[in-house]
Amino acid sequence: MSQPAEAVAAPAPQQSERSRRDFLNAVVRVRELGLIVALALLITITAIAEPRFVEAASLRDLVRNATIIALLAVGQTLVLVTRNLDLSVGSVLGLSAFMAGDLFQNNPDLPIPLVFALGILLGAAAGVINGALVTFGRLPALVATLGTLYVFRGLAFVWTGGSQVNAETLPDSFLSIGTSTILGVPTIALFTVVALVIVGYALRNYRAGRELYAIGSNPQAARLAGIRTDRRVMAAFVASGALAGLAGVLFTARYGTVDATAGTGYELQVIAAAVIGGVAIFGGSGSVWGAALGAVLLTTITSALIVLKVPAFWQQAVVGALLLAAIALDRFIAVRVAERLRQRSTRTTAAAQARNGGER
Amino acid sequence: MSAERAAAAPAPRRLSELARWEALIFLLIVGTMVLGSGLSDEFLTGDNFSFTSADMAEIALMALPLTLIVITAEIDLSVASILGLSSALMGELWVAGWPIEAIIPFCLLVGAVCGAFNAVLITRVGLPSLAVTIGTLTMYRGFALVVLGDAAVADFPESYTRYGFENVPGTIIPYPVALFGVLAIVFAVVLHKTKFGREIYAIGANQEAAFFSGVRVKRIKEILFVVSGIVAALAGVIMTLRLASARADYGTGFELTVVAAVVLGGVSIFGGKGSIVGVILALFLLGGIRSALTLGQISQEWVTIVTGALLIAAVLGPNLVQRAREARAHSRDRGRSARSGSLEHRPREKRGTDE
Repeated sequence: MSQPAEAVAAPAPQQSERSRRDFLNAVVRVRELGLIVALALLITITAIAEPRFVEAASLRDLVRNATIIALLAVGQTLVLVTRNLDLSVGSVLGLSAFMAGDLFQNNPDLPIPLVFALGILLGAAAGVINGALVTFGRLPALVATLGTLYVFRGLAFVWTGGSQVNAETLPDSFLSIGTSTILGVPTIALFTVVALVIVGYALRNYRAGRELYAIGSNPQAARLAGIRTDRRVMAAFVASGALAGLAGVLFTARYGTVDATAGTGYELQVIAAAVIGGVAIFGGSGSVWGAALGAVLLTTITSALIVLKVPAFWQQAVVGALLLAAIALDRFIAVRVAERLRQRSTRTTAAAQARNGGER
Repeated sequence: MSAERAAAAPAPRRLSELARWEALIFLLIVGTMVLGSGLSDEFLTGDNFSFTSADMAEIALMALPLTLIVITAEIDLSVASILGLSSALMGELWVAGWPIEAIIPFCLLVGAVCGAFNAVLITRVGLPSLAVTIGTLTMYRGFALVVLGDAAVADFPESYTRYGFENVPGTIIPYPVALFGVLAIVFAVVLHKTKFGREIYAIGANQEAAFFSGVRVKRIKEILFVVSGIVAALAGVIMTLRLASARADYGTGFELTVVAAVVLGGVSIFGGKGSIVGVILALFLLGGIRSALTLGQISQEWVTIVTGALLIAAVLGPNLVQRAREARAHSRDRGRSARSGSLEHRPREKRGTDE
């Protein structure tokens, strides 16, 4: 399995490990740097062909388009890092989006924060179901969340009964979240940024966050080391669900028109964004920053292709090819890192043996 | 350890487990039959069988190679996109004036190439199949759109399209379903009666052990992915004929339905376990439910919910039973070790799920 995964997460605090960790951190950081460079390159090239692409308004649109997928990718990263998978996020988004629209349609005076809270709660509840199936029910995450993908989507259909929420029936103050800006930044993106900062910080600096990596690197070892794996995995699913719930409310604010199909097929896009962002699909490595950047890159490519007048039909093919390139690049780096580490450890062992006067 | 041992060691347990699983699915089918005939007089008719089974044909076809792939602990999510690509090619080439006799082999060839591309990335480059086929899912669907755009080609002659939906003369079995039947027998024989099939199980049970026992792990996976591509392309041809129209967006989202059918059929997503019979039964069950609810005027949404719930319940049920049994064994162990004065007890469980 993926070598850097094990290495990155190994929380070995000995001194000899330190340089190794710095080195690996650098590699991980390079991934994010690489994404930023790719993004900058893409935007520059597109801007040369069509200067209007970098006007403030269209950049804001870029950010708005990326917001929802990026938010879902943050949640997905939490789950992926633990060597699990959440396929139900698109369906949870659909449920929450329709709930938000439905609530406002029936009582337009509802305070907006309450609707956000309800959306997040709904998502968290869905996450509890997923988490319980995976931890208590011992279902493979793929099977459990594939099942809930269908169930939640079906529930959304039953709930909507074929009806649709229209933008005209929603309060303007709510819709303005999707269109307004604060200090030039789209309001909707601030939600994602806040989630990103919180999750990113927790994942990197808190014990619970580090334990997620440990679980993903080696579930059995993590358990034997005394980590409460079930509890942590459950928390990851709940967080993913809650973020999908939040994304649903934002979806309604952004698009206004919502029916039961909202977010269909997002699950694979989100996983794709995370993988492009360097999150290992078998757990143990990756950051939410990378995943969010992956989402931004994916959506920017789509916008850039439109601006560059590439026929719309080519977009998917390009995105797919890029995804494959990203995975292949990961593998290439992983192999290189593993080789480097092996060399280093042989060298240190040799040195240690030399110091010990050749005993043993 | 020899290849035979690697393959045969878990066999007795697997057999009984499987038999139980298949019995469970069979009971569910009987239940669906009772329910369906209660809901509508038309349920247990030949016409309904023809209609429903033809509707399921593409998913059923793609489920066969996927079963083998999942038993080796890999996955192929790109099948539905290969189906779409095949349909798009068929439309485009027909417009370009190719004869059907040339189009179909060409589509199958393209399917094989798509499968081979997956296989190379997975076996030679060493990438996880889940990630690879999510990528090619997007890419192949993209190719389909590049080929045909959002157009539809619908002027295929009757003399061909009739093979998409008509019954084999004198039976209630539509041609695509008959084809599925033949292929199902072939796949079942290969999986359950040949060395190749045993090697597939060996890979899924323990890939490294299989490799050191001389199983050509990479080669076998390559063959499976290529076959999966060919069968998916064939499903695209059939869908085009059945609906008498070629489109690039055919089968969007089918990949997860196919996975659901395979898992419901008792194939472990971690490999090493499963049978073709189980998957066929699962397909029958899914078709039966779909038809019963449709005929019973129960809204289509419930099909989705029931499918998902069934998928979860089918895997959850046995797990909970297992869990209860372990808990009992565990408390017995503890009682015994307490009596004998020993404080240590065995590590809690053998999960078998996370590796």
